[in-house]
Amino acid sequence: MLRALAVLAVGATFSVALSAATIAAEPAKLVKYEIKDGNSIPKSLTGKPGDAKKGREAAIHRKKGNCLACHTLPIPEQSFHGDVGPDLKGVADRYSEGEIRLRLVNSKVVNEDTIMPAFYKTDGLNRVMKKFKGKTILSAQDVEDIVAYLMTLK
Amino acid sequence: MRKLYIASLLIGGMALGSTASQAEDKDWGAYKVGDKLSGYTYATKETRAIQDDDFENPAQIWVDQAEGNWSSVEGEAGKSCESCHNAASDSMKGVATRYPVLNKNKAAMVNVEQQINFCRTSQMKAKAWKWESAELLGMTAFVKLQSRGMPVNVKIDGPVTPYYEKGKAFYYERRGQLDMACKHCHEDNPGKYARANLLSQGQSNGFPTYRLKWQKIGSLHRRFRGCNKNIRAQPFAYGAPEYVNLELYLNSRGQGLPVETPSVRN
Repeated sequence: MLRALAVLAVGATFSVALSAATIAAEPAKLVKYEIKDGNSIPKSLTGKPGDAKKGREAAIHRKKGNCLACHTLPIPEQSFHGDVGPDLKGVADRYSEGEIRLRLVNSKVVNEDTIMPAFYKTDGLNRVMKKFKGKTILSAQDVEDIVAYLMTLK
Repeated sequence: MRKLYIASLLIGGMALGSTASQAEDKDWGAYKVGDKLSGYTYATKETRAIQDDDFENPAQIWVDQAEGNWSSVEGEAGKSCESCHNAASDSMKGVATRYPVLNKNKAAMVNVEQQINFCRTSQMKAKAWKWESAELLGMTAFVKLQSRGMPVNVKIDGPVTPYYEKGKAFYYERRGQLDMACKHCHEDNPGKYARANLLSQGQSNGFPTYRLKWQKIGSLHRRFRGCNKNIRAQPFAYGAPEYVNLELYLNSRGQGLPVETPSVRN
């Protein structure tokens, strides 16, 4: 069903995805992606590898990834890492790039009951605050940058 | 705890503070009933010390003002709270443990704030106090204070059940761009940290509470609205039926915990 959803997601051209990457949250047009074996999105949402350095910044940024809210990361200059989710040190040893991408895009595909938000999804949400309506938490570019960063955690 | 946390960061480098709730390694007395833990047990030691001493507790400023208001005549009927209820220490004792209750028409649940305003408009012929006004927060805290130490004891059977069920459904329903339900933080993860914030069971027995972050006393519905905004969900209005039903459900989850109003929280 999720595969069908992904296919149904309005396709955007490569260039749209790139221009959207310059703003924090993307408008309703989502990049089309395909989920493999219900466990991974093997292909980059932008068609290109992300930038790990920018990904590290987006992971810290409270209005972007805000990963530290729930996860501990090897980012010593930031204090107070959350411990709601698993420690992400060594996450690239445990998951493939595609598996990490799916968990960022929509973790609920692998764990329906998870607290983790879907960072690249606009459908099926309830009572979203007006200013965030129709917007994803992360742009496709942000997702790829964070994936690239997490892949350095070996 | 924050101090402890910093210390552990300094000592342990990346070894962050213990994941276990501090709530588990102490005898919490009345603040722990079975597996129910008051927000008191998640507050820092310094914050608990402020709550423990009424002379230190800043919420008492609002409570003292309300104690004066209890006997001040207002409205066209020429009445005060005292005109009907006499001494609050007798008449209000235990009342707050039972709220929210079904209203007179049996058409909705009313909480203490709403009951106070109902008295004002229908009995005193006075104007309702605004939500989050010093007057309404203070009087709510003053009324609840008369039940301090008594166990929360809401009714959820009979005609109340449908409202309880609505509150429960709200608790488990995902909402907002972050797509979370109350239960994801407060049932699945109490005792864990979201950045520097220690997640609690979200118990309601201490409200209105003086929250250090607010530098002010605040209602349970203010806290609901804050939670909803944190997950980027459109909040409901103060006193909305959705929130009163949720209040009923939370109180039922905290059944047996002592009324702690006015509590102090981080």
